[in-house]
Amino acid sequence: MSKKFTERLGFFLLAAATFLVLLFLGVILFDIFSKGAGVLSWKFLSQAPRQGMTEGGIFPAILGTFLVSVITVIFAVPLGMFAAVYLHEYARPGKVTRLIRLAIRNLSGVPSIVYGLFGVVLFVQSLRLGTSVLSAGLTLGLLTLPWTITACEEALKTVPKSYREGALALGATKWYAIRTNVLPYAIPGMLTGVILGLARAAGETAPILFTGAAFFLPSLPKSIFDQFMALPYHLYILSTQHHAIDKVRPIAYGTAMVLLGLILMLSFSAIWVRYRYRQRMKG
Amino acid sequence: MERPIAMQLEDTLMEAVRGKSKAKAFQDTRKKRLKERMIEKFFLLNGLLAIFILGGIFTLLFLKAFPAFREIGFWQFFGGAVWNPNAYGTPQYGILSLIVSTLMVTLGALAIAVPLGVACAAYISEAASPKAKEILKPGIEILAAIPSVVVGFLGIVLVNPLLARIFGISNGLNALNGSILLAIMSLPTIISLSEDALRAVPRSYKEASLALGANRWQTLARVSVPSALSGIIASIMLGMGRAIGETMTVLMATGNAPALTFNFLEAIQTMTATIAIELGEVPYNTPHYYALFVIGLVLFVMTFLVNLVSDLILQKYQEVER
Repeated sequence: MSKKFTERLGFFLLAAATFLVLLFLGVILFDIFSKGAGVLSWKFLSQAPRQGMTEGGIFPAILGTFLVSVITVIFAVPLGMFAAVYLHEYARPGKVTRLIRLAIRNLSGVPSIVYGLFGVVLFVQSLRLGTSVLSAGLTLGLLTLPWTITACEEALKTVPKSYREGALALGATKWYAIRTNVLPYAIPGMLTGVILGLARAAGETAPILFTGAAFFLPSLPKSIFDQFMALPYHLYILSTQHHAIDKVRPIAYGTAMVLLGLILMLSFSAIWVRYRYRQRMKG
Repeated sequence: MERPIAMQLEDTLMEAVRGKSKAKAFQDTRKKRLKERMIEKFFLLNGLLAIFILGGIFTLLFLKAFPAFREIGFWQFFGGAVWNPNAYGTPQYGILSLIVSTLMVTLGALAIAVPLGVACAAYISEAASPKAKEILKPGIEILAAIPSVVVGFLGIVLVNPLLARIFGISNGLNALNGSILLAIMSLPTIISLSEDALRAVPRSYKEASLALGANRWQTLARVSVPSALSGIIASIMLGMGRAIGETMTVLMATGNAPALTFNFLEAIQTMTATIAIELGEVPYNTPHYYALFVIGLVLFVMTFLVNLVSDLILQKYQEVER
């Protein structure tokens, strides 16, 4: 084989592999959206399931996912932001900082079902929060914390050092410099990370299986101490646990489409915020 | 970065000039410093939180798994291949078959995802035009954003009938199905981190190779990939960690039959799926409940080790680069 031929063949194979990966993505998106679009309607989005979930809509699942996400954000964002400020603005290189970073990287690798176990013991049993919106939201908050910290730190990294030094040179205290000259410029970047973390949390199923998600509820949750229905869990039930799986397949597709659409919308808005932000930092 | 003492003294003087008594000005400066230190401590506490949570997860898992070791016995878990906690008479808690199942789908996933992922990363970093990159990179991000439950759903409705037809079997919910889905789940991790590693290879290496008369393929295969190898291996380890811990896809697509098998066309049940299926059914604080925490502990330790190794590889590689 000539060298020229090997080179051509090699790069052809790389392109083929890349094409295959894109094909996976294309098939996933096409299948869900083409088959889910048929059941999508205002009724589907605004009504509760009826007749043993074979008819009606998925509104309680949408609401449940929304409520849990709110708890997740309220819990994870401030903690993640503070930790990032510590790591990027205050921490000096040393054993403690290395250990914190190691812990963050390892936390992001802990399986989601293990977070579920942890949530059951800590929030449901020990803190007596029961299986509830609150327990599930806190569990998902823990799960997203390492991503939030990393994203917020990345955002802090993009703020030029001169901004801090300028404030310090004028006699500002360290905290004043951070508050007025660093955080305002890092907020858009942090927002990107928060939205991406939220998109991940909204699609997670394993951590909420035992911390609050319910198979079916006749009424909407009245407080954060009630159980809830959630989009990903609803999809899981409709595709594996339902007594008439073939009959509810269209509803399952519709649920999958709403869930995927929600997450793609969040992801795109994060990518858009990041793009705008980069343009601004350049200009 | 602490503010120099001279600067703080100056603050004090300035306050004094503004008409405050010297003593009062000194007191104010001290108050300010105290406040600054309190703020720093507050942020430190938030930083330490990550360590507390990681330690907390391990401690709670261990505390809940410990009664199982005492009541059921350590060797019941790691010496037995039969997992049947609901058996009438003597329940059996052997987790070997579950561990084998997890390793099977993980290795199957890596067999698919590693060649594909590394090739895709090489294409993005070495061959793709800037325009193509603008499509490819967000594409990978979107693939990463797809929830595992949606991938599992497609395992049931798409991969399942496909495998059944190709292999002439009645049911396509098996280890191969799980492997394919896990490969899709771990591809984004492998691609984006491998691409980072390839991009970090100094340009001068490639230029030297090209100047010596090597073509682009030889440069990629013999210079770029070997220099980025530790980063690529670390990305594979991280992808592996993800595959081991993935729950919903394997729960939905592998058939969930806890039996010891090495056949990819048979139904299996992974560790994660076992917890997901059974934790909802068992009453709290029973031997079966504790046994599920043993599985959780094993999972935690496995992923922890995988992540730690990839971390060590990455650190070594960064040191070499500097």
